Amino acid sequence: MSLLEVRGLRVHYGPIQALHGIDLVVEEGEIVTLIGANGAGKTTTLRAISRLVPPSGGTIRFAGVDLTQLPPHQVVALGVSHVPEGRGIFANLTVLENLLLATYGRRDRARVHQDLERVFALFPRLGERKGQLAGTLSGGEQQMLAVGRALMTRSRLMLLDEPSMGLAPVLVEEIFATLAAINREGTTLLLVEQNAHQALKLAHRGYVLETGRIQTAGPAAALAQDPQVRQAYLGG
Amino acid sequence: MPFVAQQMVNALQLGSIYALIALGYTLVYGVLRLINFAHGDIFMVGAFFSFFAAAVLGLPFLPTLLASMAATALLGVMIERLAYRPLRHAPRVSAVITALGVGLFLEHFTLASVGAQPRLMPPLIASAVYQAGPVRVTTVQLVIFLVALLLMLILDRFVNRTLTGMAMRAVSWDKSVVPLMGISVDRIIALTFAIGSGLAAAGGLLYATAYPVIEPYMGVLVGWKAFVAAVVGGIGVIRGAMLGAFVLGGAEVLVAAFLPSTYRDFIAFGLLLLLLIFRPQGILGRREVQKV
Ligand SMILES: Nc1ncnc2c1ncn2[C@@H]1O[C@H](COP(=O)(O)OP(=O)(O)OP(=O)(O)O)[C@@H](O)[C@H]1O
Ligand SMILES: [Mg+2]
Repeated sequence: MSLLEVRGLRVHYGPIQALHGIDLVVEEGEIVTLIGANGAGKTTTLRAISRLVPPSGGTIRFAGVDLTQLPPHQVVALGVSHVPEGRGIFANLTVLENLLLATYGRRDRARVHQDLERVFALFPRLGERKGQLAGTLSGGEQQMLAVGRALMTRSRLMLLDEPSMGLAPVLVEEIFATLAAINREGTTLLLVEQNAHQALKLAHRGYVLETGRIQTAGPAAALAQDPQVRQAYLGG
Repeated sequence: MPFVAQQMVNALQLGSIYALIALGYTLVYGVLRLINFAHGDIFMVGAFFSFFAAAVLGLPFLPTLLASMAATALLGVMIERLAYRPLRHAPRVSAVITALGVGLFLEHFTLASVGAQPRLMPPLIASAVYQAGPVRVTTVQLVIFLVALLLMLILDRFVNRTLTGMAMRAVSWDKSVVPLMGISVDRIIALTFAIGSGLAAAGGLLYATAYPVIEPYMGVLVGWKAFVAAVVGGIGVIRGAMLGAFVLGGAEVLVAAFLPSTYRDFIAFGLLLLLLIFRPQGILGRREVQKV
């Protein structure tokens, strides 16, 4: 059984159909990337998995459980975290409060402190700024906070929506290195990226999404060599 | 000087009651960006629940307070569930009309069930007068002030120190991301109505303790005043609601002390409107960050 199994996923925004039947599988321990142009439906795919938008057709199974009928907060409780597009941090809460909030649904309160230590070890700058309002962080620090928050939910699968957006190249390197470390420690990643070059370097496998349909799929290294993918997403 | 000090005591009494009601406006506005125009009438229902607990069931002060807070909290949750939740994504004006409708419903439901003649709240606090230097303080005033202060301290701690309080603040910032933290937004909103309504009920009991005549329309003017207090303090800001309430209470008492009492509301409201011209976001309010 795959950790995540999406079959025939369709999503409508009113009369507009954003996804036309997506099939996508993520195995435990993998890093899978979903690349595609603006408006291809990458964000919509992640939002459907975490049930922020209701699917109009198809199935989504996580560890064998059908997610399509669940409210989003229960999807989190099952072990799926989501670092949303634009980070979605709570600017009116402190860094520490943002991190603690993500433990809201957890039963194992005793482990919270240990997980905080882990996040501060991965992102020392968050530790230095834990009492600061999150709105005062730099863009890169906010992205770290968004990832840290997802870690605090203790998820098995982390959905990431363009974590490199708006960051300087050095910071992108740093974030991607951290994602690799998080994966090595056992979290499965489904990574949406426009930065296809970096994403294919990091991921084991990839899917290419085009106007709501999966265009190509395969091992990341093979996709990086695919002439069409190179032409469309890797600048030739 | 003694005169001013005495007026301060009166202002604290009035401000305490306004504060408990103003908090409900500000809490609900914080999570829903909705002015709950029914809130003044929830306060009125809270006063009637207190009346029944005290006059019919014969309960003493503290059980009356707790029973009326609990019953009114439940009423608030029901109002949110039945009237506001179905309109969560409807145009703003529908929600406003609904809120006004809920208020009228509560007034007339109360009118129909208890009748129009005012009821006299039985005295729950043994009256005594303390002389502190030049100032006279009654037990009723002390109880009002202490109960309100205690409730506000508990609320402030709850909102600032607990995970659920953080969740309330997070909802007020950006509802759309909150479910990703494993939090049910519906539950946080329901809880916010429960807290706001419970505090209004406490305000209702304290009001009825100070001014023991209660009737179905008592929530209208008091509700508007508490709303103004919340706006003056900065709507959506919890400490602002408390501050605004004491500013309003102070303004009213001072005007009444020096001018004919018919001028009281007109001058007090005029002053506050003037303040809003210069500081539209209220004393502690932030300018709303426009979010899409
Ligand atoms: N809330 C919405 N209402 C209506 N249409 C929407 C909404 N959100 C997305 N869409 C449409 O659905 C399609 C897919 O959008 P989506 O945001 O999933 O794309 P994306 O691949 O994430 O793009 P980007 O790279 O720009 O983030 C687009 O045509 C978009 O205009
Ligand atoms: Mg997107």
